[in-house]
Amino acid sequence: MSVTTKPVNQKAWFLILTVLICVAFSAIMPLMTVVNYSVQDIISPTQQVFVGTEWFSAIMRDEELHGALLRQLTFSMAVLAVELPLGIMLALAMPSQGWKSSAVLVIVSLSLLIPWNVVGTIWQIFGRADIGLLGAGLKWLGVDYSYTGNAVDAWVTVLVMDVWHWTPLVGLLGYAGLRSIPDAYYQAASIDGASKAAVFWYVQLPKMRGVLMIAVLLRFMDSFMIYTEPFVLTGGGPGNATTFLSQFLTQKAVGQFDLGPAAAFSLIYFLIILLLCFILYNWMQRVGTQEKEGGHE
Amino acid sequence: MARIDLDLAHAYNKNPQQDSDYALLPLKMTFEDGGAYALLGPSGCGKTTMLNIMSGLVTPSQGTVKYDGRDVTTLLPQERNIAQVFQFPVIYDTMTVAENLAFPLRNRKVPEDKIKKRVGEIAEMLEMSGQLNHRASGLAADAKQKISLGRGLVRPDVAAVLFDEPLTVIDPHLKWQLRRKLKQIHHELKLTLIYVTHDQVEALTFADQVVVMTRGRAVQVGSAADLFEQPSHTFVGHFIGSPGMNFLAGKVDAAGLHLSGVSFDLPAGRKLPKGEIKLGIRPEYVAVAEPGAPGALPMTANKILDVGTHLMLSASNANYALKARLPSDMSSLSPGDAVWLKVMGEHTCFYKNEEIVR
Repeated sequence: MSVTTKPVNQKAWFLILTVLICVAFSAIMPLMTVVNYSVQDIISPTQQVFVGTEWFSAIMRDEELHGALLRQLTFSMAVLAVELPLGIMLALAMPSQGWKSSAVLVIVSLSLLIPWNVVGTIWQIFGRADIGLLGAGLKWLGVDYSYTGNAVDAWVTVLVMDVWHWTPLVGLLGYAGLRSIPDAYYQAASIDGASKAAVFWYVQLPKMRGVLMIAVLLRFMDSFMIYTEPFVLTGGGPGNATTFLSQFLTQKAVGQFDLGPAAAFSLIYFLIILLLCFILYNWMQRVGTQEKEGGHE
Repeated sequence: MARIDLDLAHAYNKNPQQDSDYALLPLKMTFEDGGAYALLGPSGCGKTTMLNIMSGLVTPSQGTVKYDGRDVTTLLPQERNIAQVFQFPVIYDTMTVAENLAFPLRNRKVPEDKIKKRVGEIAEMLEMSGQLNHRASGLAADAKQKISLGRGLVRPDVAAVLFDEPLTVIDPHLKWQLRRKLKQIHHELKLTLIYVTHDQVEALTFADQVVVMTRGRAVQVGSAADLFEQPSHTFVGHFIGSPGMNFLAGKVDAAGLHLSGVSFDLPAGRKLPKGEIKLGIRPEYVAVAEPGAPGALPMTANKILDVGTHLMLSASNANYALKARLPSDMSSLSPGDAVWLKVMGEHTCFYKNEEIVR
């Protein structure tokens, strides 16, 4: 037989054991704990009742959850709608070389280095009508602004805070994408007589597609899980105006110690994020790459 | 379409002190309307700089660029009405092949029906008619480069089409085909084409006039035959031809030409300046001679390479090394043989300070 047979040694399976153990401790076991909680009613540490999918059906019908989910989706979409164009503009405006470019890079990344709860605290003080620059400034202009009393003000403040905190990330990613475009593309566009707008639409934006896709996914996932900043700033109020999904979950799990419903909900939460990311990713993979129909009419 | 006059110099750094600071030394050059030119030279000789100055991507640090006598030195490429094709394919990813070809026309607000007609013609010439509605990003490198070529050729009224080593990424057999295509297009469209390359075969087969460049200087402008028969600079002799010209250093005095140890009478009617001189002869014109024949040097054969159609002989003596291209029937020659090689003849050129003596 000229066919060489590969040696078979089942002991090789032991080689993946370490990975298996690591993943078990880091992901599988915590997740299974949550799954375990989600199908039980834990009345006290010593008293548990198996309830099957009861928590899941209960939580799916929870009006409060629907509210939080809707707020969350609106918030995430608003974050993307503002931060993406703003980040692209930022990237386009950044100088491309020399000491200016390094200086701008450092300044732009500053907000990314600030811990979440500090961001919340900064804005909490910034927005106060008595001592905060923003609050006092708006008051001086005659705007009736209060992030603690007015639901719209609170919601907008959280959004602006997120935009302030994270637009630089989109900007930096976009900047990286822009820098990777070979000079020949700009030269060719210039020879072809393209206007600045045409260069943006036909050269820069298509070439930034890859990094912008990463920016969209990162910003979507992060904003969908936002917790610390609104918690520090508004505590989810006034009313439920800025209670987003993760805060809703924390209230359930830690505040009310409803471990069963909270576990069921966090699994659903996890699936929502997974599903939305999957849809987003696939949509963005295809956008702008499908065969055009109808030809060069 | 236009005549392009260059009278300029360019340095990339601000305060050029010496010749080596210049990418292009001061030069005057004219590209006639409708001509096919090639800029030929090794990497870093300034040929791409010259091309970019013509298209407006680079503004010369001194001097002017004129199209048909009109000074365009300070105009942007968009305002110059010129086309340029780059070394690596540049295509607009989101567009179809047809949209890519139409882009330079659309940007200049050409009416749609004219665009369609012209794009159709160009696609026909490049044999891309079947792919017009395909997305350009999915194509192979050579097809992408054909699109780039097409975008360069699509505007009928350009002053010139500049090619910056456009066939680097193309397969050899396709390269030949595309070069012929370009030549054919040149005949059909009567555009001025200027072609940058470091490949002499490409330059000599493509262009009517070849500009040979080295170190920021255009050392000779001429047809393929000029460059071969009468290289005006030793660099051209070296660079053109495979292998390049043989150069033998010698001296001229009243008695004639002296190559170390051997004296020659000057060819009848030839006047040469006294002093150091270099004799140049193409390997193609070196012939085996009888021992002691006039105009011949005694050498020892070192290496004989049978290339099929001819023999390539490397020979040397104490002072000189020569390469000669001999007919295949000389195969009785073997390494170590003494051989007399004729270096004086009607094709022999003489150089003083690297420049030809006419």
